[in-house]
Amino acid sequence: MRPEHTAPPEVFYNTDEAKKYSRNTRIMEIQATMSERAIEMLCLPEDQPSFILDIGCGSGLSGECLSEQGHHWVGMDISEAMLDVAVSERETDGDVQLADMGQGIHYRAGVFDGAISISAVQWLCNADKKGHSPPKRLYQFFKTLYSSLRHGARAVLQLYPETPDQMELIMYQATRAGFSGGVVVDYPNSAKAKKYYLCLFAGIQQGQAQVPAGLTDEMDTATNTDRMRTKDFRSAGGVKNATRKQKVIARKERHLRKGKTTKHSENTKYTGRQRRPKF
Amino acid sequence: MKLLTHNMMQSHVKGISRRFPLLIKPETVRVVEQEFNPDFVRRMLGRIEYEALQQAMTWLGHEGKLPKDCPSEDENNEDILKAIHHALLEVEMVEGKLVCPESGREFPVKNGIPNMLLNEDEV
Repeated sequence: MRPEHTAPPEVFYNTDEAKKYSRNTRIMEIQATMSERAIEMLCLPEDQPSFILDIGCGSGLSGECLSEQGHHWVGMDISEAMLDVAVSERETDGDVQLADMGQGIHYRAGVFDGAISISAVQWLCNADKKGHSPPKRLYQFFKTLYSSLRHGARAVLQLYPETPDQMELIMYQATRAGFSGGVVVDYPNSAKAKKYYLCLFAGIQQGQAQVPAGLTDEMDTATNTDRMRTKDFRSAGGVKNATRKQKVIARKERHLRKGKTTKHSENTKYTGRQRRPKF
Repeated sequence: MKLLTHNMMQSHVKGISRRFPLLIKPETVRVVEQEFNPDFVRRMLGRIEYEALQQAMTWLGHEGKLPKDCPSEDENNEDILKAIHHALLEVEMVEGKLVCPESGREFPVKNGIPNMLLNEDEV
């Protein structure tokens, strides 16, 4: 079940949930990887400290990545519990504020060199209160974000869209507010590592103005069992036409996955070969 | 909350024209030493509203150290840059209030975190 369906963000990210973001190493690792990728796509000038806005900064994990690269940042988040972790436990360098991005970015025009957001913007697609209208809130968010950015700056927003329609709505409101740019999909063939980023340009870019290419990983389908499920394998006749060796290897892997033992766990050139005939 | 942040913020209450600067009503103020980076201070000089920064320092009771006029962006005098660095990044408000200059709406600051949430009728 998606967290957006359970409760509004300020309720969902309570003290227990906030603890995960400072204790759970897996969550922290994923967040850090996404933050680094987002910062990379901002294309900030090198060897120069920049001033960045972090939208949905939470416990300050993404901000820590910004600080490591020598940038100054301010963050905003709607969950008090998460901000308490940022201030009390993580002692972040950047200032954090309790604010709702759907009510607009409360900063002066042209102050930020860039903006990042990790796993936050999809929350705007939900109407959690009576007066909420997702398109209006998205527009208010993008409009005020656009004006708070310097001319030529970028905003990279990592998000988890629920449906293609949702992505379309978000992109439509961003374009309406004046942004150009597009969607970057990293690892499109992987179920778990697949990540969506909105790479938005505020005003005309210097030099290269192309949306960066998504990352891919050729090793994703490298295991033997996965290969048996791929299109090429099926079009060649599937399991029916698989060689004896392929079948044996697949069966062995299946058994090992289930925790059963096999006689020879390693595959050699003799795997799946018939024995020489006996007289 | 650092004064750099205060200098960049504005009130986002609906239907007002004067949004900046937010008035500061401090209760607790502290000074935390931060790493000095002349490049960053110089970069921020073109972006900050100098008068508002001076005003904010007076509100927090730390006036006097800042130069009278805003230095240019290629300022090289380290003492001047350090004075501005001190004002922007080292003086922090821990508890207090921010007040919208036109509507008078108050935003409480607790543990250094300003609460900028608006009610539904203020958006």
